Amino acid sequence: MYTITKQKPFEEIEQSLDDKKVYIVGCGTCATVCQTGGKAEVLEMKMKLEEIGRSVTGWMVIPTVCDSLTKEALIEEAEAVNKAGVILVMSCSFGVQTVSRYSDKIVIPALNTLFIGMEDTPEHFYEICKQCGECILALTGGICPITRCAKGLLNGPCGGSQGGKCEISPDLPCAWQLIIERLSKTGRLHKLEEIIPPKNWGLSPTGWVANSKR
Amino acid sequence: MKAGSNLEKVLEGGYFTVTAEVGPPKGALATVIRRKGELLKFYCDAMNITDNQTAIVRMSSWSGCILLKEMGIDPVMQMVVRDRNRIAIQSDILGAVALGIRNVLCLSGDHQRFGNHPTAKGVYDIDSIQLVQTLKTLRDEKKFLCGEEISGEVPLFIGAVENPFADPFEYRVKRLAKKIKAGADFIQTQAVFDVGKFIKWMGMVRDNGLDKKVHILAGIIPIKSVGMARYMRDNVSGISVPDEIVTRMEEASDAKEEGAKIALEIIDQLKETDGIHGIHIMAVAWEDIVPVIVERAGLLPRPVL
Repeated sequence: MYTITKQKPFEEIEQSLDDKKVYIVGCGTCATVCQTGGKAEVLEMKMKLEEIGRSVTGWMVIPTVCDSLTKEALIEEAEAVNKAGVILVMSCSFGVQTVSRYSDKIVIPALNTLFIGMEDTPEHFYEICKQCGECILALTGGICPITRCAKGLLNGPCGGSQGGKCEISPDLPCAWQLIIERLSKTGRLHKLEEIIPPKNWGLSPTGWVANSKR
Repeated sequence: MKAGSNLEKVLEGGYFTVTAEVGPPKGALATVIRRKGELLKFYCDAMNITDNQTAIVRMSSWSGCILLKEMGIDPVMQMVVRDRNRIAIQSDILGAVALGIRNVLCLSGDHQRFGNHPTAKGVYDIDSIQLVQTLKTLRDEKKFLCGEEISGEVPLFIGAVENPFADPFEYRVKRLAKKIKAGADFIQTQAVFDVGKFIKWMGMVRDNGLDKKVHILAGIIPIKSVGMARYMRDNVSGISVPDEIVTRMEEASDAKEEGAKIALEIIDQLKETDGIHGIHIMAVAWEDIVPVIVERAGLLPRPVL
């Protein structure tokens, strides 16, 4: 499982860097796998910034930027970091916010955080979980309709399911087709006869500001 | 009677029912609705006003329904779950009932990606089956989804849709059963072109005894041109147009007449199908043909109840 990221257009990064001196932070975990914020991408970013006249005061690739050890890494690199006006973080938004937490510098994201997913074919990622806070996989044969159905239907499929594909794209499998096939194979299709009731979205990130005690 | 609408009376009276779709304008001109209402008034028992169909912004369904209501027409308010959460849905339903709307058709709605605001956030707080269930709870238990009491009655005649041409085919009947269990009083289907497949589906509906629990109206889309036939075959999500129909349209000397003939042949077969209680004509941008089809199908005059 990884946090899937995509690099922002360079023009957007350039516009958000309102200081000439930049320090770059990369991430050795998810952003490295996605090839959006590993060592190679950090060095490429450094080159691109220098080409447009920005000065890169230093860079590092922290093994896992979202970890609290990021605090120590920033202290170790304090000299180079302090010379910069902004820190450009090439990790998911979790990493960006971790750096913000441990540094008073202006922190700018270089990536867009897309979803939590996995790689199914080389360089292709698909979403696994919407973190809805109330897992229904027991009812749906281990396939998540909230994540994988374009409408997030709990009692699907809709009328747009055709030949096993979703109405929004021929590349997207219909999650409900997958669910029905899987439940049929295990003789549990009757489980779908019950109407799944409306969901408590209050437990999900679309609801309130999430907090949880262990 | 659950709501006492004309649609309910005609269906419960055992008549072969006719409903027609009225697409609202991409603008605020009431005349557009009124003109379509005038044209179709004596040729159907109720008129559906679509709810931002294909996710393109249009005049709202409830306001179109009110315009029809003022003309003495029984409207069917369509409601999709794409654009409203459970708070807005229940509030809009109470408002619609207060204004005299009785028939509500519940749908998921075409995905926002197809429309003219593809970057919109899709709501899908509840799904179409949960919407049917919500309306039944409002009507029968006089309670909101949260369980709180509603003051007064909420008379509704609840509709749902089914697409026998979507996949997985074998599961469609099970899903229909789920909609009936949720509280659907009537069903309007996707347009029928592949009559063989539709009749096979109806056989499964009857085998499960579902035709005795709900009124099924089969969808009819009259085809105006070869281009429209090809477009629906190749591009419209959820519609299945067999090649032979496209070929017939291509070979016809008078495409419009051929389109009307195809619709009439389909209606004839549907009238003979057990468990079909009527038709729902969706004459997209060709409303003029509805009176012609209804008359030639021998469905006039419409009952006055």
